[in-house]
Formats: sequence, C-alpha cells, structure tokens
Amino acid sequence: MAAAAPAWTFIALFLPFLAAILAPFLVSRLGDRAAWIVALAPALSFLHFCGFLSEISAGEVATGGYAWAPSLNLSFSWFIDGLSLTFALLITGIGTLIVIYSGGYLKGHRHLGRFLSFILLFMGAMLGLVVSDSFLMLFVYWELTSIASFLLIGFDHEREAARRAALQALVVTGAGGLSLLAGLVFLWNVTGVTQLSLLVHLGDALRMSPFYLPALFLVLGGAFTKSAQFPFHFWLPNAMEAPTPVSAYLHSATMVKAGVYLLMRLNPVLGGTPAWEILLPFFGGVTLVAGALIGIRQTDLKLMLAYTTMASLGLLTMLTGFGSPHAIEAAVLYLVAHSLFKGALFMVAGAVDHGTGTRELPLLGGLRRAMPITFVAAFLAACSMGGLPLFAGFLAKEEIYAALATGNPRAVFFTAAALVGNALMFAIALAVGLKPFVGKGNQTPLTPHEAPVALWLGPVILAALGLVFGIFSPLLHAYLTSPMASAVIDEPTVITIGTMPHLGLPFGLSLLTVTLGILVYRELDRARALAAQMLEGLGPGPDRWFDQFVSGLVRFSARLVRIIQPGRLEIYITATFIAVAATLLVPLFLFDELPAMPSGPAGALVQEIAFFVIAALGIVTVLRAADRLTAIVSLGIQGFAVAVIFLLFGAPDLSFTQFMVETLSVVILTLVMTRLRLSVTDHRPPGQILLDGTIAIACGLGFALMLLKAVGTPFDPFMTDFFNTYSKAIAHGANVVNVIIVDFRGTDTLGEIAVVMVTGLAVLALIKLRVGRRAS
Amino acid sequence: MNTLILRTVAPVITALMLLFSVFVLLRGHNEPGGGFIGGLIAASALAIFGIAHGPGAVQRAIRFHPMAIAGAGLALAAVSGLVSIAAGVPFMSGLWIYPDILGAEVPLSTVMSFDIGVYLVVVGSVTAIALALETEPDGGAGEGEGGG
Repeated sequence: MAAAAPAWTFIALFLPFLAAILAPFLVSRLGDRAAWIVALAPALSFLHFCGFLSEISAGEVATGGYAWAPSLNLSFSWFIDGLSLTFALLITGIGTLIVIYSGGYLKGHRHLGRFLSFILLFMGAMLGLVVSDSFLMLFVYWELTSIASFLLIGFDHEREAARRAALQALVVTGAGGLSLLAGLVFLWNVTGVTQLSLLVHLGDALRMSPFYLPALFLVLGGAFTKSAQFPFHFWLPNAMEAPTPVSAYLHSATMVKAGVYLLMRLNPVLGGTPAWEILLPFFGGVTLVAGALIGIRQTDLKLMLAYTTMASLGLLTMLTGFGSPHAIEAAVLYLVAHSLFKGALFMVAGAVDHGTGTRELPLLGGLRRAMPITFVAAFLAACSMGGLPLFAGFLAKEEIYAALATGNPRAVFFTAAALVGNALMFAIALAVGLKPFVGKGNQTPLTPHEAPVALWLGPVILAALGLVFGIFSPLLHAYLTSPMASAVIDEPTVITIGTMPHLGLPFGLSLLTVTLGILVYRELDRARALAAQMLEGLGPGPDRWFDQFVSGLVRFSARLVRIIQPGRLEIYITATFIAVAATLLVPLFLFDELPAMPSGPAGALVQEIAFFVIAALGIVTVLRAADRLTAIVSLGIQGFAVAVIFLLFGAPDLSFTQFMVETLSVVILTLVMTRLRLSVTDHRPPGQILLDGTIAIACGLGFALMLLKAVGTPFDPFMTDFFNTYSKAIAHGANVVNVIIVDFRGTDTLGEIAVVMVTGLAVLALIKLRVGRRAS
Repeated sequence: MNTLILRTVAPVITALMLLFSVFVLLRGHNEPGGGFIGGLIAASALAIFGIAHGPGAVQRAIRFHPMAIAGAGLALAAVSGLVSIAAGVPFMSGLWIYPDILGAEVPLSTVMSFDIGVYLVVVGSVTAIALALETEPDGGAGEGEGGG
C-alpha cells in the first residue's frame, strides 16, 4: 500500500501547493470547469490518507520526514496518528468538495483562479499543520493558515468591510501565533525536545516545572485566538465577509479547529491540572453560551451559522478541558459531526443566496419547491446539527450529556451551559435548514431556482455522511473516532455509543434540548428580540475595543514618530555621533580600562612622520577654512595622507580603497554642496560650534583610545594563520584580503553589496523627491 | 571646473581608468585589487567624465541606467553563489574550471564572477548617485535624465 512509502506522503502533503500554483493557469484556459480538475489534487491526497485507515485503527502511527537543518536539530517530519488522520481526511475530503463548490459559486468571477489558488494554499498549510511533528514546522504552517485566511477574507478587497475583517483576523490570529511560538519555546526549553511525538511522553516533567503556567497561558493564547474563544471571538463573525466557500471551509470546518486540534494534541502533556480544567471549560462555556445567544439574534443565514460555529468551538474547548475520557470522546464525536453538518449548512446558505439573491431569513420562505435538492441537504444537515436520532450529531450529543451529567456541582454548571447552547443551536439549525424552505414563498431579489450540480454536490454528500455515520456508527468509531480519542487521551480507547437511544439521564437531557429548541424556533422573533435586549444591556463588545485599540496604537505611533523621526538631518547626525562617543568612552572609563599612553614616536621612519604631519595639517586646514570647498578638499588631503600611511604599513588593499573612497568623497561632497545650493561659507553660532566640536573631539578621542587599547592587547594570530594557510590551498588565491571578501565570507559580501545597491536607490529617491518639490 | 583642458583630457583619462579598473578587478585574487576597488576606480572615472562633459554624455556612453548595471551585478553575484547548489555543495562554495584558451590555461571560477558582480554593483550605485547629483535640479545641464 502507498501508505508505507514516505515519499508518497510527502507528495500528498504538497499536492495542494502544487495545485495552488497551477490553478490560475487552468482557470484562464478552461474557465470555471477547471475547478473539477483542480479538485483532483485534494481528492488524491484524500485517497492517500485513506490508505492509512487500517494501519491507524490498529493502533499504529505513521511517521516519516526529511532532515531540514540538522545542525539545529530541525527536521521536516510528520507524525500521523488517529487525531492527525481524522483531521487530514476532513481537510482533504471537505476540501475537494469546497473546490468544486467554489467553481460553481464564483462562476465567471474574473479572479476565480486566484481564489482557488488561495483555497489550495490554505489546504496545504492546514494539512501540514495537523501532521507536523516538529514544533517549528507546526508553527510555520500555523502562521501560513493565518495568512491564507487573511487573503481569503480580504478576497473581495474593493470593499472596506472585507479589508477590515481580513486585517482584524490577521492581527488577532497573528498575535496568537506569536504567543504560541513563545509557548512552544517554553515547552522546548523545559523538556529539551522539539517533536510532538516525543513531547507526549514528557507530560509529568512539564506539569512539575515552574514554567508550566507561563507555557500553558502562551499556548492557550494561540489556541484561543485561532479557535475564536471569548474574548477573542469577534474576528470570526467579521470573517463572514469572505465568499461562502471560505466560511464553510476555513471558518467552520477546518482552520478555526486548529486551536482545538492544538489543545487536543497537547492534552496528554498539559492537561490534567487544575489550571487546565478551570480555564478551558470556563472560557469554552462562556464562548458556547455567548455564541448561541448572539447567533439567535441574527437574521443573516451566514451570521447565524458563524455564531453557532463560535458556540461549537466553545463547546469543544469546554469538553477538551473537562478532564474525563468521556468528555474527550464527546469532543471527538462532536468535532467530526460538526465539520460535516456545519460545512454543509454554510454551503446551503451560499446556494440559497445564489438561488434567491438574499440571505436574510425574514425574506425567505417556501423554497422547497424551487430548490428541492438543496432542501434535502439542508434538512439532513440541520437534523444532525440538532442532534436528532440516526444522525452523527445525535451520537455526539448523547456522549456530551453522558460525560457532563455526572452529578457533582461543577458538572451541573457546565451541563446547564451545554443545555442552553445546544437548545439555541437546535433552534438556529431549524431556522437555517428548515425555515427558508417551508411556509409561503416570498418576493426575493431573484426568482428562486435550484443550484447547479457544483453547488449542491458538496452539501448533499456532507449531509448524507452525517446520516451514514449515525446509522453505521461502529464503522465511524472503528476507523475515525476511536483512534482519534485514543490519541487525545494517550490511552487505547474504544467508543461504543450507538444510534439507538438508551433511556437514562443523557437521553432525558437530549429530549429537553429538543423541546427547548423547538419552542425557541416557534417563537424565533421573540427570542431574537429578547437576545438583542440582553446583549445591548452588556454594552459594546470586543469588536469595538479592537477598533479603539488599533486607533489608539496608530495615534501613539504617530506621536512617537514625531519625536524620534523629526525629519532634520542635523538632529539625526548629532544623535548618532553622541551615541558613538558614548559607546566608545563610557565603558573605558566605567570599567577603568583606559590604555597605557604610548611612549612617543620612537623608531618611526621619517616618511611616516611626514605623512602624519600632512594629515594633521589637513585637519587644521579643515577647521580654519574660510569656505566649504576648501574644507572639503582639505579633508581629502587628510584622507590621502592616511591612505599613504596604510600603504607604508603594508596594507595595499586597504590603502587603495581609502584612496578611491577619499577621491569619490570629495567629488560627491562637492556635488552635494553645489546641488543643494549651500552657502559658500559655513555660518554656525558659537554655541553650535562648541557643541559640534565637543562631540567631534569626544568621538575622535573615543576611537583613538579604543585603537590604543586594541593594539595594546596581545595579538591572537589564530585567524591570520588560518587565512594564510588556507587562502592559497583551498581558495586558490594569494591575496588574502580579496579571498576573504569573495570566498571565505562571500555571503557577507553579498549582503553588503545588496546594502550598497539599496542605499543607491534610496539616495536616488531622495534626490528625485527634492526635484519634485523644487519644481512644484 | 568645466575648462577646455579638462574637457580634452577627460575622455582619455576615463578610458585609461576604466581599463585600469578592469585590470585591478581581475588581478584581485592574487595581487592587491578586487571588485570593490575596481568598482570605485571605474566610478571615479565616470565621475570625471561627468564633470567634464555632463551627466547626459555619461548616460549615453554607458547605455544602461547605472542602477540597472548595479542590479545586474547583484544578480550575477547571487547567481554565482547559487551555482554551487546545483553542484551539490553548500551555497557560495567557490567552483573552479581551467579551460585551455589559445594554449594558455585560464583559471575561471564562480568566485571571479562573484567579484565581477561586486564590481558592477559598486560602479552602478556610485555612478547613479554621482549622475543624479550632477544633473541640475531644473534639468538644465544634463540633456535627458542623467542619473534619475
């Protein structure tokens, strides 16, 4: 089987990226039909990962990889267990359907190719994220998903709302990414391993460590922002500015679950502590109830779904942190069921929008005649979301109640949260999956018509899978959920829950949920008004805080820039040279490291002294010069004299360079003077002369003392010997200086010439700017 | 500065200096010299020519925009570093060949092409700055856009 060959897995991981590159070309050739071809890439990946099913369900793991930077102990390595595999199958499977759906949804859009490219880029990143073994690889992919999400939310970049939402999502998840990086560095430093597969067995050492809490907070910072937990949830509803396939794929089925994935992955390592079992359920529970309440208030189908996604993520976080194997099993079941039904419902919302021209619930009704296929998909998905028997959602809900309703006071609180959240979500499920299709037909912007096959294929398959998994639950458990739960708990686990209702407390709670849900659905308008009233009482939410934070930051940086970048060259140069003088002098005096004074020019040759005198005379002339041109040329004389001294001391390369630099300095300074039309003479008030003189003397003194000190210390010939020995032998060059520049330290030189070129461009820009201002 | 004497001798000086700069560049690996120094000499030569005949004349003489020359140099240097990857050795490793040209063995290397890249970057960048400064703000002295 292909599963055995790491090279195939590598290809499967990179197929989406390859397809991302090819997609625009295919679309420009074939139009929207190209989506069917592009979808082959995730489909092949999906098939490859299916090949792992039997191996993983037998309790094995698949690993592989390549060395990346062995000297840093970094590798590009993957680690596939039940958790990774379930995620990988969801990503590639739903991804295939989403690509097909996108072709229909954005049919004729002039940037369809770009859109598919972004979607596939995201897919590759997300796939890499869930199979990563190395921390760094995980982090890189984590950030790549944030960037892909930014590009997709801002896809319709001509609308301001889309741009704002994209930026907001990037800022929130990007900040979380940095937090995660810091957390991973903590984990690495405490345990000394850089691979998740090794980390899993070091949980005890980590929980004992004093750095446990900081590491936990930082990792949660990453997970909570990515998975839109309260109070970082606000970016997710705003992200609905993206085209519907993006909402279905990134912002419900996959990317937002990356945070949950991380929590599940680290459950054996970080879990089981009081902090874990307080923070996760608390924030998860708040997110669940808040999401469901805000969701009931909405009238836009997509926004209603968005808030239930937030609520579902809260539920998953709550279950993951609840602290019992039962709760983990429930989380696993719910995650799979949610990806299927929420992906389907989002795609339905898009299809309804496509067929009628609106997503506003009050405007929709009676669509079952016009859109029968979409209706079937919507209804099946809504049943699964509501947790009705026979559907995958039912298994999840039974397991949730079985796990939560243990009777102790803490559990009562979370059971209540789950009950309220589930009931409201059931009402919303019916509102999205049933209400638009029943009742009287309304006047909609477009005459309702059934969606094309590309638009109904995805929802139908996902919704049907929800039913298939519900009915054939042993199959689901054997291949997906049991291995996944085993990985999260780090012990072999077998999930047994079936679709036949068992009488008992969980079933009672399920009945209560359904009853409450139907009640809310029947009184949807009143529930909406009530929720709106409650939420308005709470005042502005984090979305406003974000705006205030950003505008405050902008004002602060504007003020700061005015202070440190006033735009006057004199101030920059003064500041620079004061810093140079201080850096040189302060340590010498502070640590009493002043050099011994040299004993006069004994033994110096006549010509050496002569050129020294010329240099000194040059300086005196600079100071006494009546006009600037004389000063510039005199400075050149001083420089030439120094160049000759270099030559006399046996440094021809240095001397050569010094000659050329001095020549060009004189030419360029003169040109600058004439170009800027500076006055011929230099008028400075005495105070300015005193200040400038002091700074100049301090710098000169600093360099002189520093050099004396350097010359005074014993010379270590290690480098000299090294270069003298190897310059000719391995670099084939007798001129050591040049060999160092172009060979031994060639990479440095490459950087330096890049700097030279950028400087040239910057100077050109400055001169051009001046021309522009003069002209105007 | 724009005297008859300077205008007469400038082309000769410039030509000699450019020739010398190439000489300095090529001898650099074994004798004092190299791309940096050679580039500075060439830039001085062009600056002298510019002072004597105006930036427009320099621009016409070198054909390409000086910044394009610098860019080509940077690209050449980077590619010289990358060649070693194709040969399976680390980035920037020097590779040498010794072809027989007209009976003489001529050592050629990626190190040399790298140094030529350095030369071009230096000459291009410095000349661009000098030409831009020589061009009068109102565009009077330099026919066309000299450096900018």
